[in-house]
Amino acid sequence: MTALGAVGVVLQLLIVVTLSPLLTGMMRQLRARLEGRAGAGIGQPWRDLRKLMRKRPVAPHGTTEVFRTAPAVLVATCLVVAAVGPFVTTASLLDPVADLFAVVALLTLGTVALALAGIDTGTAFGGMGASREATIVALVEPTLLVAIFALSVPAGSTNLGVIVTATLADPAQVFSPVSLLAAVALIVVIIAETGRLPVDNPATHLELTMVHEAMILEYSGPDLAMVELASSMRLTVFLGLLANLFVPWGIATTGQPLLVAAAVLAFVAKVAVLGALLAVGEVFLAKLRLFRVPELLAGSFVLGLLAVGASFFLA
Amino acid sequence: MSESLYAQLLNLAVGALLLTAVLILWRRELAAIINVFALQGIALAVLVGLIALDEGSAELGAVAVGVLVLRAGILPWLLRRALAGAGATRRETQPLVNVVSSLLVAAGLTLLAYLVSQPLVALDPSPAAHAIPVAVAVVLIGFFVLVTRRLALSQLVGFLLMDNGITAVGFLTTAGIGVVVELGISLDVLLVVLVLQILKTRIREAFGATDIDDLRELHD
Repeated sequence: MTALGAVGVVLQLLIVVTLSPLLTGMMRQLRARLEGRAGAGIGQPWRDLRKLMRKRPVAPHGTTEVFRTAPAVLVATCLVVAAVGPFVTTASLLDPVADLFAVVALLTLGTVALALAGIDTGTAFGGMGASREATIVALVEPTLLVAIFALSVPAGSTNLGVIVTATLADPAQVFSPVSLLAAVALIVVIIAETGRLPVDNPATHLELTMVHEAMILEYSGPDLAMVELASSMRLTVFLGLLANLFVPWGIATTGQPLLVAAAVLAFVAKVAVLGALLAVGEVFLAKLRLFRVPELLAGSFVLGLLAVGASFFLA
Repeated sequence: MSESLYAQLLNLAVGALLLTAVLILWRRELAAIINVFALQGIALAVLVGLIALDEGSAELGAVAVGVLVLRAGILPWLLRRALAGAGATRRETQPLVNVVSSLLVAAGLTLLAYLVSQPLVALDPSPAAHAIPVAVAVVLIGFFVLVTRRLALSQLVGFLLMDNGITAVGFLTTAGIGVVVELGISLDVLLVVLVLQILKTRIREAFGATDIDDLRELHD
């Protein structure tokens, strides 16, 4: 059991780390094709990472340790979440650690580290990006907690693995109003949290609109590579959580090698489908005005709150 | 139909009712609001149809069809016609309470509805009784739309939202109040919409817009 559990943890880490840049590449490629461009290919993010890794690290004058440690913190939090979350197997060694609050707090820690690094550079853009990110995070985190909490009420536990197993045991739960409201809230929040359209445009370097790009403007070389890898990993982790919370079928509930292999395929397929949907959706969307973003997030917060309410009064 | 499936479908219909009410509060485009309102009419008809199936009553089934025709067909059609005649004002640009706050108020109203309908839920442990708080929440949200919107058409939608909620409460608590009563109420609602539509056209002819706040000033 423990050996098989350890295998599950390592497998999840490997899959998330190797496949997340490919996911980003796939989404960029899909978007390019839909817009009539040839695109750089699915492997381009990995080639970019390799190129950046070979460069010499450069830090701007006057920056402190906050700036230098932020990429490491960001990557570390993503790695921990990738290791403990119920992505491929719920029978992994670290599954008891995968508490809803711990996972959300870890992901927030990464965001906060990056925002602090943006302020630490002392440039106008860094501060602007950090302040915008802080505004968004302040609205996103409560919604994220409330939406997943609504799912945890029927399961009776805030452990993500237990929630997933409970949904597997009672598939009808997926079509309850609780789950539908929470799904809508969670999708909006994930779009905001991973910096996709219509909240933030991942492809822009226009000063007035960028959020995530503004914070990482001063990074270069291996540091930039880490930040880029971490943002792909965040996207993969969020999409994986979304997929497994609402469509848990295929996830391995025991450590049997055959089940785990099937679960790996199921996980990759689910995340790829969600990523493709997100990329196709982005083609049809324009970026929202920054002042309208709180409106969108408040709406998703209300849906999350209603989901929690419904999980109590319709139960 | 098994009991658990009935409960699940009923919960789903009630969830759709609440979701559409929140969406009406969220959107600014009047055309989108009317579409969401039509969806809510369908959800309400499904709710009534489910109760009819559970009770095995053909009378209630006929009422469900009537609800569908009136609330998902005739009323949205009338509203769309009113919108087409309204000219340039297609967006609720400045509600008295801004959209973010009104969404949060909606969350508060839902909790309030849950608190006040506790005694009703305690009377009867059936799935229909458990859904009463949601219907009460729709009534409160409709009332909120009615008092905070400026355009006559969005106020009308608020009024109809309230009526949808009241109808839902009626069916969930009493499992049908008789075809005659239901027919009377439906005709009343239809008549109110027709009268308000004529009134709105008059307002627009006299003032050039349907912003109700303009009526505060004297006009000759």
